[in-house]
Amino acid sequence: MNWSDKLSNSVQSIAPSGIRKFFDIAAQMKDVISLGVGEPDFVTPWTIRESCVYGLERGYTSYTANRGMPELRAEIANHFKKRYNLDYNSDKEVLVTVGVSEAMDLAIRAVTNPGDEILIPEPCYVSYQACTTLAGGVPVSVPAKIENEFRITPEELEPYITPKTKILLIGYPNNPTGAIMERADLLKIADFAEKHDLIVISDEIYGDLTYNGVHECFAALPKMKDRTILLNGFSKAYAMTGWRIGYALGNADFIGAMTKIHQYTMLCAPITAQMAAIEALKRGEKYMKKMVAEYDRRRKLIFDGLKKLGLESFEPRGAFYIFPNITSTGLTAEEFAEKLIMAEHVALVPGTAFGKSGAGHVRCSYATSIEKISEALNRIEHFLTKLK
Amino acid sequence: MRELLEVLEKNSRVSVSELASMLQKSEYEIEKEIARLEREKIILSYGALINWERYGDDTVTAVIEINLTPQREVGFDAIAERIYRFDEVRTVYLMSGNFDLLVIIEGKSLKDVANFVATRLSTIEGVTQTRSHFMLKPYKKDGVIIDDEEQDRRLVVSP
Repeated sequence: MNWSDKLSNSVQSIAPSGIRKFFDIAAQMKDVISLGVGEPDFVTPWTIRESCVYGLERGYTSYTANRGMPELRAEIANHFKKRYNLDYNSDKEVLVTVGVSEAMDLAIRAVTNPGDEILIPEPCYVSYQACTTLAGGVPVSVPAKIENEFRITPEELEPYITPKTKILLIGYPNNPTGAIMERADLLKIADFAEKHDLIVISDEIYGDLTYNGVHECFAALPKMKDRTILLNGFSKAYAMTGWRIGYALGNADFIGAMTKIHQYTMLCAPITAQMAAIEALKRGEKYMKKMVAEYDRRRKLIFDGLKKLGLESFEPRGAFYIFPNITSTGLTAEEFAEKLIMAEHVALVPGTAFGKSGAGHVRCSYATSIEKISEALNRIEHFLTKLK
Repeated sequence: MRELLEVLEKNSRVSVSELASMLQKSEYEIEKEIARLEREKIILSYGALINWERYGDDTVTAVIEINLTPQREVGFDAIAERIYRFDEVRTVYLMSGNFDLLVIIEGKSLKDVANFVATRLSTIEGVTQTRSHFMLKPYKKDGVIIDDEEQDRRLVVSP
């Protein structure tokens, strides 16, 4: 009996994540320096952890409301009011989810009919296409160009529009490129979304990790709030990846539909993580800012370092990734990543793991200490010298 | 350059070229700035924080509360100086509250420290009372947790 034939077609059609191979190699090595990690190297600030422990001691172990604890939803709405002057009704327009990953899945499922096309600028996070396919939608990848520092433009999107195009899914600051979109760039995308009457799903999980400027929230642009499903969470900014806690904001219809799926599939986000998230919003900001300042210094260090090695990259302004071009080595991204880990025990991720347009690039995460970044740069230098 | 100080306070071994990259200055500017900070005694020293106990040294640390009679003209300063000039004295703070000086002393043994307090500190003119507290176990020093079991538990590669 070949059980794999019995799997659903949609599951069979999605490829396993391209990162796995490097994980397996790196896991065997002892002295590996990893620039391949997509999460903060900081531990969650103590005040946040402590509030969760306190909650457990007082017996907070039950289910919560499907949409999330009212106090947390109120804090989230309050945060967006203060920060972006956005008014979200905390009862109807906020949904607390198990990380942005769940929110992304819910958002796509809530608005996708079989055959609906979703425009997805690439390179992008690995789940966007897979979630679309699993929801019966058709992912339409639109390559962003290195010349534009991987910002997407309406001119690039336009040729991919068909009568079936329903959604535009954007993620800035971007994983894996570190690209951001300035207000002027986003305003053009907003016009484009309005012109084609698109729903915009905006994954802003890295929003707080914006350097040399402030993050522009897509929903805060004129007329965009109603057509946008805004996704964010605590994983990156508050170093809370393992807690699995995020949220979605949008109009009552979208959030209501997402809540329906959420209540049957997830029920609610863990109460422990929700308690911690309340603390993060109430008292976590100063710790978050310290971490952001540290990422910023590492960003400058690795940007300078790679430039000196002749691996060109534009200056990343968001997230904690830099996406250097490695074509000068004559290797493909996969070859570069594989040879580098074998020869020098430095792990990074080939750009192609994030879409075809990532070819010729590798993703380096600088969510690691200054010492390790410097050592990794030394090893990469050694690697490049030996290649010649 | 406040940020330079923040980086150095956490790790004074960061190289000038790393600092130059991180702070977007030239190496020359960084060197000049560090020299100025040293000259103006804003940067006081570049020590390492050492867990001597783990190294194998058995030292004794005592926190001493001292009451003083302030002196005309100089207040507490002159007596404080007589105290902080001793090598055994690691830290001296003037405090508000029930006592005046908080002094931290390190010695080789309990007897050593007790002897120092009895013969050198309490005999200083103006010192009216001392209360010694011996330190049993350090948990955190200068912002550093002594036995920190937190470690990088992340997977080596993740999306």
